[in-house]
Amino acid sequence: MTMLSITNLGKVFDSNKGVVTALEDINLTVDRGELAVIVGPSGCGKSTLLNIVAGLEHASSGEAALEGSPITGPGADRGMVFQSYTLFPWLTVQKNVEFGLRLKGVPTAERAQTARRYIEMVGLSGFENSLPKELSGGMKQRVAIARVLANKPAMLLMDEPFGALDAQTRLLLQELLLDVWRQESSTILFITHDIDEAILLADNVYIMSRRPGRLKARVPVNIPRPRDHKASLTPEFSRVKSQIMELLWEEIAAG
Amino acid sequence: MRQKNPVRTGAWLAAASLSAVFCIWAGLAYTGSVKPLFLPPPHKVFLSFGEMFDEGILFSYTWDSVYRVMVGWSLAAVTAVPLGLFIGTSRRASHMIAPVMEFARYLPVVALVPLTLLYFGIGDAQKFAIIFLGTFFQLVLMVADSVASVPADLSRAAATLGANRMQTYRLVLFPGALPGIMDDLRITVGWAWTYLVVAELVAANSGLGYMILRAQRFLAIDRIFAGLIIIGVLGLLTDYLFKLLGRIITPWSDKQ
Repeated sequence: MTMLSITNLGKVFDSNKGVVTALEDINLTVDRGELAVIVGPSGCGKSTLLNIVAGLEHASSGEAALEGSPITGPGADRGMVFQSYTLFPWLTVQKNVEFGLRLKGVPTAERAQTARRYIEMVGLSGFENSLPKELSGGMKQRVAIARVLANKPAMLLMDEPFGALDAQTRLLLQELLLDVWRQESSTILFITHDIDEAILLADNVYIMSRRPGRLKARVPVNIPRPRDHKASLTPEFSRVKSQIMELLWEEIAAG
Repeated sequence: MRQKNPVRTGAWLAAASLSAVFCIWAGLAYTGSVKPLFLPPPHKVFLSFGEMFDEGILFSYTWDSVYRVMVGWSLAAVTAVPLGLFIGTSRRASHMIAPVMEFARYLPVVALVPLTLLYFGIGDAQKFAIIFLGTFFQLVLMVADSVASVPADLSRAAATLGANRMQTYRLVLFPGALPGIMDDLRITVGWAWTYLVVAELVAANSGLGYMILRAQRFLAIDRIFAGLIIIGVLGLLTDYLFKLLGRIITPWSDKQ
């Protein structure tokens, strides 16, 4: 069943160097429960694509639709995790995770309970009353994930959420995300430039071309689940990786 | 991460630098290196506090000045903060209002003193007006800047959690800008003191600036120094109060 469908989507910017085509003729469907990952060279417009799905930017042509209804603006049904740390610094971990529920008017006791459940799920029990400035980068992103999940979105959008973390922390959070995705049976559209990350997480990896960004190929990843970091040692991983490398290299070299 | 007791170390250093200034003053005055006409010896300044107390003007003049600063500056603060929030978040409002503010803030307030005297006379209203004119325009632009420097990703994150425009204002932009706004308020209240003293020097019949001006006419240099010390101490106190307030209101800020 289709969760997200993007049809003939394009995006042009007016810049002082003239009109720049950021995205061209994007067609993509993400099924319910799918973990789709988009990789592409930097500046290819992958973040723009995600922002359009989030409703933070508007498409110039074509359409993005969630469960059949066109996306016109941001909404709680598409929760986003950003690469930058976006916890509200004046709220505790608990209050940050409750934020979306508070907007919806969920009663205090219920939202406290929901928040605690997701804080536990991301492994931060005991930090409910900490302020963001007291947390490490990895912990902040765990809270950001919990905050989005507590809001029960139809879909999770992740814009290089682990891009600013060190390699070990990134591995831990990738496994955490896989775990959470399985427990919550979420639908995720994930953006990264890290090929290993893409393969470890994805059902399908979509390769984007350099600007103007187009979806150039879809590479299914058939590594059995549940996966953990050891998946990167399997022959299937190497096979997929060399395939993706080849496709991406054409883009990087041509740039 | 920090020293054992940074607060105490800080207090010692502050006390050391203040006593150094005092020692230099005392040294210059008591050795006669500078004539008492220009630099009064410390004990005469302390005695002048007593004289002013006996005359009943020490507290009443100080209070008059404090009252004028508080009213004039509060008027500016309560009007400038909302306007600054508005300009800082709306491009249209910024295009419309910011140029007026930019123009107005380059008018030296001192140059407006004659005009305010004409409009409001020499009473408290004129002091309020001078302080308001001196701080309002700057404060609007400073607050707008503080709001604009709240990371855009915080508002974007709030939007994807379901926040509408008003909720984003109330729950993200305002709290996010609060540490900056507290700083803006602390800085402008300092300016308010400057403008008040200027206004009192030109025309007034009470207040610390008026007292200093009268002391100059009578060559009572000890009183001039006493007045300056009061203004300085009040400034230090206000600054300290605002920092304390900042720690209470925004304990989460990195600035603390």
